[in-house]
Amino acid sequence: MDMENLIHMANKIGEFFESVPDREEALLGISGHIHNFWAPRMRSQLLECVDSANSEGLKPIVLEAIRAHRNNLLPRH
Amino acid sequence: MHKQLNEKDFGTPERTSDREVTLEIDGMQVTVTAGTSIMRAAAEGGVNVPKLCATDSLEPFGSCRLCLVEIEGRRGFPASCTTPVEPGMKIRTQTPKLQSLRKGVMELYISDHPLDCLTCPANGNCELQDMAGVTGLREVRYGFDGENHLASKKDESNPYFTYDPSKCIVCNRCVRACEEIQGTYALTISGRGFDSRVSPGTDQSFMESDCVSCGACVQACPTATLQEKTVIAIGQAEHSVVTTCAYCGVGCAFKAEMKGNEVVRMTPYKDGQANEGHSCVKGRFAWGYATHQDRITKPMIRSKITDPWREVSWAEALDYAASEFKRIQKQHGRDSIGGIVSSRCTNEEGYLVQKLVRAAFGNNNVDTCARVCHSPTGYGLKQTLGESAGTQTFKSVEHSDVILVIGANPTDAHPVFASRMKKRLREGAKLIVIDPRKIELVSSPHIKAAFHLPLKPGTNVAMLSALAHVIVTEGLLHNSFIAERCEDRAFGQWRDFVSLPENSPEATQQITGVSADLVRGAARLYATGGNAAIYYGLGVTEHAQGSTSVMAIANLAMATGNIGREGVGVNPLRGQNNVQGSCDIGSFPHELPGYRHVSDSTTRHLFEQAWGVEIQPEPGLRIPNMFDAALDGSFKGLYCQGEDIVQSDPNTQHVTAALSAMECIVVQDIFLNETAMYAHVFLPGSSFLEKDGTFTNAERRISRVRRVMPPKAILADWEVTVQLSQRLGYPMNYKHPSEIMDEIARLTPTFHGVSYAKLEELGSIQWPCNDDAPLGTPIMHIDHFVRGKGRFIITQYVATDEKVTRKFPLILTTGRILSQYNVGAQTRRTENVQWHEQDLLEIHPHDAEDRGINDGGWVAIQSRSGETVLRAKLSERMQPGVVYTTFHFPESGANVITTDNSDWATNCPEYKVTAVQIKPVSEPSDWQQKYTRFSKAQQDLLDQARPGHA
Repeated sequence: MDMENLIHMANKIGEFFESVPDREEALLGISGHIHNFWAPRMRSQLLECVDSANSEGLKPIVLEAIRAHRNNLLPRH
Repeated sequence: MHKQLNEKDFGTPERTSDREVTLEIDGMQVTVTAGTSIMRAAAEGGVNVPKLCATDSLEPFGSCRLCLVEIEGRRGFPASCTTPVEPGMKIRTQTPKLQSLRKGVMELYISDHPLDCLTCPANGNCELQDMAGVTGLREVRYGFDGENHLASKKDESNPYFTYDPSKCIVCNRCVRACEEIQGTYALTISGRGFDSRVSPGTDQSFMESDCVSCGACVQACPTATLQEKTVIAIGQAEHSVVTTCAYCGVGCAFKAEMKGNEVVRMTPYKDGQANEGHSCVKGRFAWGYATHQDRITKPMIRSKITDPWREVSWAEALDYAASEFKRIQKQHGRDSIGGIVSSRCTNEEGYLVQKLVRAAFGNNNVDTCARVCHSPTGYGLKQTLGESAGTQTFKSVEHSDVILVIGANPTDAHPVFASRMKKRLREGAKLIVIDPRKIELVSSPHIKAAFHLPLKPGTNVAMLSALAHVIVTEGLLHNSFIAERCEDRAFGQWRDFVSLPENSPEATQQITGVSADLVRGAARLYATGGNAAIYYGLGVTEHAQGSTSVMAIANLAMATGNIGREGVGVNPLRGQNNVQGSCDIGSFPHELPGYRHVSDSTTRHLFEQAWGVEIQPEPGLRIPNMFDAALDGSFKGLYCQGEDIVQSDPNTQHVTAALSAMECIVVQDIFLNETAMYAHVFLPGSSFLEKDGTFTNAERRISRVRRVMPPKAILADWEVTVQLSQRLGYPMNYKHPSEIMDEIARLTPTFHGVSYAKLEELGSIQWPCNDDAPLGTPIMHIDHFVRGKGRFIITQYVATDEKVTRKFPLILTTGRILSQYNVGAQTRRTENVQWHEQDLLEIHPHDAEDRGINDGGWVAIQSRSGETVLRAKLSERMQPGVVYTTFHFPESGANVITTDNSDWATNCPEYKVTAVQIKPVSEPSDWQQKYTRFSKAQQDLLDQARPGHA
C-alpha cells in the first residue's frame, strides 16, 4: 500500500495523542489505535518502514510509540 | 402490519397533565387528562362529534361550527373542539337543536361546492361527504345558482398534488398544518369574507411559493382540494401497510396505501414514533423511483468492463461470482477480497454481508458507507460516553431550552425532525447555530438564532475548545455532575487544557474567523440557559478532525451536565436511513455486532460458536484502505451491496483507478449506478417497498420495513447474500429476516430483547433493549454512563493539511439539499428534479465579481485532486472565501475535486474542506467529457443486454 499515505495517517494519529499530558499514555494510545483499526498488512508495512532507513517521515512520537509497543503491532498469524 | 386506511381522528391533540377530569358525555362517565377538549373526550369515550376544521394533528380552531354541543347549565352551543373539559360537566352531543344547526351549516358549505362526488378523487375518503351523511343533509334550500367558487382555476404546478379552490371549504387546516406542523408558513388565507381562499405565498402558484412540498397540507385537507396526483390518476387505495421511509436518518413511519401491489400514495403514519404523522417531500412523494424503468431486474455478468452485459439466471450469476471470489482468493490469498454494505440496506441485510465476509470469505474486510459519514460519531462517543450512539429520542427536543446546531442543516437534510425542532424554537427555546453558511434555521419564519457563529470550514475543534474555555474560566461548569459522573483525572487534564489562553475565544478568533464576543455569548447561553441539547451532522464528522470534534461535543455536554435526561444530550443527525443500524450490526471491519472489537476473544468465540467457523482476530480493511490495497495489487475482489462508492467517495479518479485494478466487482443494486459501470457481476436488488427487515434511525429506534410488493428481481436482497454464501461453501439457513434479527438479538447484549414480535407490539424500539430495559431505552446515560464514568478527552486543534494557497485560495464545502438525497440515484428518478435539476456552485458575490463570474455562468472548480465545471449561483448565504456545492448528480463530479484527506481516527473523508480555485469557462472539464463518453459506452453495453429497454 502507499507508504507515504500510511506515514501520513500514522502522523495524524500521532498529532492527536501529542496533547495527552502523560507521555506513556500517549504512546500507548498511538500504538493501541493502530492496533485496533489498521489491517495487518498496513501494520506490517508500517513496521517495515520503521525498521528501514526510510522512517524519517514519521513524527518522533509515532516512531517512539511504534518502537515501544512493537510487539502489540505485529500481525497475529 | 396491515392498517385501516384512516386511523381514528380524535379531533384535537392529546394533552399531558398529572390531573384527570371526569365528566358525563351523553350520559356516559368519561375520564380524561385535564386540558383535553370536549371533542377529544367524546372521541375517547367512543362518541364522534361531527367536525370539519378539527383534526388531532392541529390545535383547535373553532371555525366550522359543526362540532357544537350542549353543556348543562350553560347557554348557547359551544364548539366542542375549543372547549376544555371541566369536572362534572354534562355534555350532550346530539339533540334536535344541534342536528338542525349542523344541518344548516352543511347546507351552506354544500351550496358552494361542486356536486361531483362520484367523479371526485376523494370519493370514499372525504370528510365533507362524510359530514353531509352524518348531519342528514337531504337538500340545499339556497340552490346552486348563487355566487360561488365553482369556476376557480385549479393549480397543478406542483408535480405531486393539485390545489382545486372550487372544492375548498376554507377550514384553514392546510394553513395551520403549514404553520404548526411544518413551520414554513407558505400558505395563508387571502381575501376576506366570501373571497377568502387558501393561497400559497402572495397569490402565487404552489411551485412559485415557499412551499416545500412536505405534504402536511395535503394530509390535513378534509376534501379533494389538495389531492395527490396519484390518487387522481388511479383512485383510492384499498389497503395499507405500515413501513419505514428509506431516505434520511429520521426514519419516518409511513403507510404505504396500496391497490394490490401498486402504491397509490405514501402517507405519514400518525403513530410513527419518529415522525408523529409528519413527512417531507422525499418520503411523502419521491417514491416513484422504485418502479422506474431504469430498474434492472435480471442478473448480468461480463468478463471485462468493456464487454457487453449478458443477462443470465440467478444461478449462473451467483455461480460466476462465487467462482471468481474463490479463484481470486486461491491466487492472491484469503485477504484479497472484501465486502461493502450500504447504510441504505436493512439491519438484516447488513448483518448477513458482514457474516458472509467474516465466515465465508474468512477475513474481516467489510465496511459500510457509514465510514464516509458518521464513523467519527461511533469512535468519539464510544471514547467519551461509552456507546457509539446518540443519547436522546427526537421527542426530547420538546424539553430543550437551548438548541445548539453545529455542522448540520436539518431543514434540508433531516426535514421532519427540523420541523419538530422549529416548533420548540417557536415556543421560545434559544438557538445557537455554528455553521460556515447562513443556513435556513438562522433566520426563518418566527425563528431567529440567538447566535450564529459563521466559522471557517475546518475549525470546529478550535471553536468547541473556545466554548469550553469560556465555560471553565467563567465558572459555568456543572461541578456536582462532573464530580459524581465523570473521571476525575481526565476532567482535570481537560480543564487545564481548555483553560489555556490559546483556547480563549480571543485567541481562536484568528483561526475560526468568529468574534470572541459571539463565542462568549453562545457559551454562556449553552451553559446557563436551562436544558441544552447539541445536534450535529456531517459538518462535524467529515473533517480531518471529525472524531476530535465529536469528543469535544461530548466534553461540552458533560461539562455542563447536559446529559442523561430529557431535553439535553448529544444528538448526531445521521445521514442515511440506516447509518446507526449498519454500525450496530457489525459492518465495520474492526467490530462484531454490538461494537465489540474482533480482538476480543470472548466475543469472537461467541460468534465462532454460533457460526461454526473461525473468525480472524485482526481488523480488516476500511473502504479507503481497500482502494489503496487494490492499487497496490493486494485487493482484487469486492462484493458491494447497495452502495455507490464511485459517486459518493472522495477523489473519484482514485476510486475508479482502484476499481479498474480489481478482477471481480459484484454490485447488488436496483440501478446500474456509477460503481456498477466498473462491475463484472450485477445482482438486481430490491427497493424498500419490496423488503422485510428493519432500519435503525438516528435516535437508535429500530423500526420495521415491511414488504408491500414482491421483489421485482424475484429474490430479496438477503436471499441473494444467503445464496452467494452457500456457493462459497458456507450455508446460511434462514426462512425470513425475522430469524436474522433473532440471531442478532441472541448474540448482541444491547439487542437481546429485540424481536419482530416485540416490534409489532411496541411499534418500534430504541436500543438497548434487554432484560434491564425490556421496552428499550429512549434516553441513555441517565444514572451513569455506559462506560461507567464519563471521560473528558483533550481536543487539541490541528489545522487541516488542506491549506488555502495562492493557487487554491478558496475553500469548497459540500452538502445536501431538501429535494435530493445523497448520490441522487433515487430522487433523480422522480419529479424532485423540478426543484433541483443540477448541482450548482454557490459563491459569494464578492468572490464572483473578483473572478468575473456571473450568476448562472459556467465555472471551473480546480483542486489538488481534479477539476470539474458547474453553473454558478451567487449567494450571500456563503461567506467570502467559501464556496459550496452538492453531489447529487454524477456528471457534476463534486467528488472529482474532494481529496483523500480523512479523519485521523476513522478515515472518514474530509469532504467539508477542499482548497480550490474557480474561474469562468465555456465547456465541461476533461474529466466530465471523459465521464460522458464512459457513461454512454456503459449504457450501450447495458442496452445490448436488454434490447427492449434501449
